[in-house]
Amino acid sequence: MGLQTYIEQRKKDKDILVMAHVVCGYPSFEANMQALEIMADAGVDLVELQFPFSEPSADGPLFVKANEQSLKSGTTVDQCFEFMKQASERFPFKILMMGYYNTAFIMGEEVFVKRLKDAGGVGYILPDLPVEESANLHRLSEEAGIEPIILMTPTSSDKRLAQLGASSRGMVYVVARRGVTGSKTNMGDDVIALIERCRQHTNVPMGVGFGISSKTDLDALRGSADLAIVGTAALKVWESSGATGLKTFFKELMA
Amino acid sequence: MDIFDFSDGREGYYGEYGGVFLPEILHATIEELLGCFRECKADPKFWQDYVTLLQNYSGRPTPITHLENLSRQLGGAQIYVKRDDLNHTGSHKINNVMGQGLLCQRLGKRRVIAETGAGQHGFATATMAAKFGYDCKIYMGEVDVARQRPNVFWMENLGAEVIAVEDGQKTLKDAVNACMRDWVTNMADTHYILGTACGPHPFPEMVSWFQSIIGMEAREQILKQAGKLPDRVYACVGGGSNAMGIFQGFFDDENVELIGCEAGGEGVGSYMHSARLAYDDASVGVAQGYKTYFLQNKEGNMNETHSVAAGLDYIGINPIFAYLWEQGKVRFEAATDVEVKEALKLTMRTEGLIPALESTHAFVTAIAEAPTMRKDEVILINQSGRGDKDIFTIADALDDAKWKSFIGGKADQYRGEQS
Repeated sequence: MGLQTYIEQRKKDKDILVMAHVVCGYPSFEANMQALEIMADAGVDLVELQFPFSEPSADGPLFVKANEQSLKSGTTVDQCFEFMKQASERFPFKILMMGYYNTAFIMGEEVFVKRLKDAGGVGYILPDLPVEESANLHRLSEEAGIEPIILMTPTSSDKRLAQLGASSRGMVYVVARRGVTGSKTNMGDDVIALIERCRQHTNVPMGVGFGISSKTDLDALRGSADLAIVGTAALKVWESSGATGLKTFFKELMA
Repeated sequence: MDIFDFSDGREGYYGEYGGVFLPEILHATIEELLGCFRECKADPKFWQDYVTLLQNYSGRPTPITHLENLSRQLGGAQIYVKRDDLNHTGSHKINNVMGQGLLCQRLGKRRVIAETGAGQHGFATATMAAKFGYDCKIYMGEVDVARQRPNVFWMENLGAEVIAVEDGQKTLKDAVNACMRDWVTNMADTHYILGTACGPHPFPEMVSWFQSIIGMEAREQILKQAGKLPDRVYACVGGGSNAMGIFQGFFDDENVELIGCEAGGEGVGSYMHSARLAYDDASVGVAQGYKTYFLQNKEGNMNETHSVAAGLDYIGINPIFAYLWEQGKVRFEAATDVEVKEALKLTMRTEGLIPALESTHAFVTAIAEAPTMRKDEVILINQSGRGDKDIFTIADALDDAKWKSFIGGKADQYRGEQS
C-alpha cells in the first residue's frame, strides 16, 4: 500500500494524523527504540528516522546537537538502516528516512533506494535536495515504490508550488514558517492559508511541520492539515523528563 | 575561455560540480539574488561604480612588487608579488564584500550576515556594513574566535555583532551552517555575503566576478614591469576566491601555468590538513549548498580539517577549481604548517614583506619551484592578505620570548584593572 493510500485510510478514523521524529543513535539506539514504543502506543501514524549528518544546516540547535552527538558516538548508516528494519517490522506506523542528500549521494542513489526499501521504509525527506536535482532519484523511487517527500514553503510562489506539486508523491511536507526546526510557530490563519494554497497544486495529503509542540497546535490544524509533524518538541521532552515525560507528552498531544 | 557561459539546463555547473542544493524555503531568495546579479553583471555602470569604490575606499589598484632579493637568493625565476594585502582591511576579501555591498543596495536589503574563518572576510564585511549603513552579524567558529581575536576586536568596534559558533568543529564550515540557519529565517531583509567562491550558485560565479579585478590589474601590471606574461602564477586556495581572482586574468594565456596551493597542515597521511585536491583524501559530495570535492568519510560526513591558517581550514574546494583541476588547467600543490612558518621567516627577512599565513602557502610552493626555473622566467604570487593579523599565531610558532613576556605583562595589567 502506498503512503497516500495509507494516510487516507488512517484518516477515516481520525481527523488528523501525527508524524513523529527520531534522530538515529541519539541519545542511543536503545533510547530511540523506547521512544518508538511510546509513539506506537500513543497511536502515532508515521515516524521519520533522521540519519545523522555532520552539516545539518536546515536544523535548529537541539537537532544539531543530536546529529553531532550521534556521530560522535559512532553511529553509521548501516546501523540506521538496521534500526529502520527492526522498527518497521515491529511497529504498525510507517517509516520515512529523513536526512541530507549527501548520505544518499555518497552511497549512490540506486543503492539508497534499494536499502531504504529493504529496511521497510516507505519514503524519504531530503531537505537540501531541490526538485531540479531530483529527476534520477525520483525515477528510481517510482520504480521501487518509494515516495520522495516534497517540501512546500511560505516563500514558494504559485509558479513554484505548481512545479513542486507536479513532483509530489505520497504526501507533501508543508513548512509552516521560515527558519530552522525547533522554534515556536503560531499556527494561525497564515498556516491555514498556506495549506490551502498548497492543495491547489496537488492531491496528495498535507503534513505540516516546524514548530508544532502542543495539542493546541494540533487543534488549530484539524480540518485543514492531514498530518501534524512533531519533531523538536518531543526530543525536548525526552531530554528533560525521559520516557515518562514522553508518554505524557504524546498522550496529551493526541488526546 | 568563459567558464560562466553555461549550456542549457546546466546553469551554475562547472563540469559535474556546483549547482544549488538548498532547502526549498530559500528557492525564491536565490532566484532573486541570481536575477539581481545577472542585471549587475550586464550593466557596465555597475562595474564602473565598483571599481571607483575600490579605488577611493580600498586603495586599488594594488601594486606588483618585484622580489629582487629573494629571486637572487633562490637563483632561479624572477619573483613578483601582487599586493592585495595593501587593500583596506588587509586582504582581497574587501573586493567581494564591496561588490556584494553594492549589489545589496540593489536588492534593497538592510541587513547582512557573513561567515568568517581567519576573520578577514568578517572584518571586511563589518567595514562595508558600517560604510553602507547595514545591520551586520558575523558568524565565526569558536576555535577561530580564539585564534583571531584582533579581527574580532575590529569587527565589534566597527559595529558588527560577532557570534561564536559552538557547533561541530567550531571553524569555518560551522560558521557557514550558522549563516544558512540565519538566512532561512531572515531572508526577507537579509543578504548573505558569502566570502568565497563556494556555496550554491550564483555565489561561485559572483564572488569570482568581483575578485577578477585582481587578475585584470595583475596581467597589465606584470606585462609592464616584467615585460612579459608570467610563466607561473601561484595563489593559496581555501575556498579559492583570491586564486580565482588572479587566475582569471590569465585563463586565455596558454603558456601561463596556474598553481593553487592548499593547506597541507601536518602533511600527507596525517588527516590533519585541508588539501582537497593536492592530496588523495577528498571525494565528491554535496554539502553547504553545492557539489564538489570534500574532505569527508565514506558515509559522507565531513572529516576534521586543519591548518595553521584559519582562512584555509575548510572542507570543500570551489566547484570551478574542481572542474579546472580535472581538465588539467590548474595544478594543485600543498604546503605544510612547518613549511609555511619557514617561508614566512624567509620572506620577512629578505624582502620586508609580511604575507598572511594563508598567502604564505603560495610562497612555499613558489619558493620551492623558483630555483628549478630559468632566470628569465617569471613567477607571480598573489599576496592575498597581510600577516599582521597573525601576530599571536606567528609569535607562538616562533616561540618569541619577548612577545610572551609582553603579553604576560599586559595580562597582569588587565587583571590588576579588574580587581
